[in-house]
Amino acid sequence: MTSRESEPVLGLFVFSIIVAFSLAIVPMPEWLGRFRPDWVALVIIYWLMVRPRQVGIGAAWLVGLILDALKSALLGQHALAMAVVGFLAIRFRLRTRVFPVWQQMLSVSLMIAMYQFILYWIDGVSGQEIPLTDRLATVAASALVWPFISLILSTLRR
Amino acid sequence: MSPIQTSDSKPLFTRGPSLGMRLLLLALLSGVLMVLDNREHHLERTRQALSVAVYPIRLLVDLPFQAADWLSGSLSDRSALQIDNKRLKERQLIANAQLQRLSALEAENARLRGLLDSSAKVADRVLVAEIMAVDMDPYRHNIVVNKGTNDGLVSGQALLDAQGIVGQITEVDPFSAQAILISDPNHATPVELNRNGLRTIAVGTGDTTKLILPFLQNNADIENGDLLVSSGLGGKFPAGYPVAIVTSIQRDLGESFATIEAEPAAALNRVREVLVVRRGASVPQPTVSPEEEATQ
Repeated sequence: MTSRESEPVLGLFVFSIIVAFSLAIVPMPEWLGRFRPDWVALVIIYWLMVRPRQVGIGAAWLVGLILDALKSALLGQHALAMAVVGFLAIRFRLRTRVFPVWQQMLSVSLMIAMYQFILYWIDGVSGQEIPLTDRLATVAASALVWPFISLILSTLRR
Repeated sequence: MSPIQTSDSKPLFTRGPSLGMRLLLLALLSGVLMVLDNREHHLERTRQALSVAVYPIRLLVDLPFQAADWLSGSLSDRSALQIDNKRLKERQLIANAQLQRLSALEAENARLRGLLDSSAKVADRVLVAEIMAVDMDPYRHNIVVNKGTNDGLVSGQALLDAQGIVGQITEVDPFSAQAILISDPNHATPVELNRNGLRTIAVGTGDTTKLILPFLQNNADIENGDLLVSSGLGGKFPAGYPVAIVTSIQRDLGESFATIEAEPAAALNRVREVLVVRRGASVPQPTVSPEEEATQ
């Protein structure tokens, strides 16, 4: 999507994704690691809501693939989950964007829950067993940091 | 699925396949990738390339921790360094003394093995690698080290620390390598009891301070505090390195197997430097256990 206004956005998009990647692998104490939000998925949701034509679901997939490599997960696992999340974000962006914050948090947590469910499902098929309750902690943490992400990125975009 | 009707840049015509179609295509692509990756391991090349591509991000995350290490090293004061130095020299002296005894024992061992017609264990060559400060999937016990194929690492090499076996290399790229810890639930280490040579398998639990030995009968000769060393069977780990110490044994008469837990000898969650064992041409010899020796 090559529109004029994509120029300034691209730099910020790449920057925010790199920050999200770093946050996704920065070491945390074991008890806190369970509450690590899905930074990358949240940033992707934000960008797909505000710039659906320029970022797109294909970019979301690619970012997911890189995340797979970064976490040395099964190649395609996060990519698939990210594409589905991207799809949801684009489909419901018009409604979600005008929601008050707490409703936004709710819909974002539903998207992240979908994301986590896909990861969980693929883990299950490929023979890794991970308790579902731990995944829920991630969903809650993600919903809690959403207002900050959207605030920071909106401020940076201006 | 309808295409995007309204968009921020308001195109008159939608271009390319619809959103739903795109999702379907991407999902299919992911599916193919995952099957190839999981079943056949066809994607070694792709994985390596991607791994190199994300190396700068790992480096970026690791950098502050390196800097902190360096800072605390260069800012520590003279007296602390002197004390440290003194302590290390003493340790070195003790270690050297023990080594002397060890070399005598090794020579004796080689002689005895020569009598028994089994070849002596070849000394292992090691390479020091540093663990990079990055967290992988919290549910899997993977680590990244800062040495790769450029330094001669290959998949399957064993990792040790000063106290015992840490894990093994699973993937290598030119600059870094990934390793699985012995505490990963998907990892099993072939071990034997140092006391009597009883062979079994130590399986990870997902807890860095606990391994389980699920395949020992209730009447197995095992006690609390027994040292488990690598048996060298399976060919992955060199024989004779400490793996874990038995911490609890529950013999439930209703079950045929005892519930045995052990604590890894290596400091799995605290190590910063590891030794990568680079074996020579020889495959480790299966060790002869005392019972077998006794029957000969």
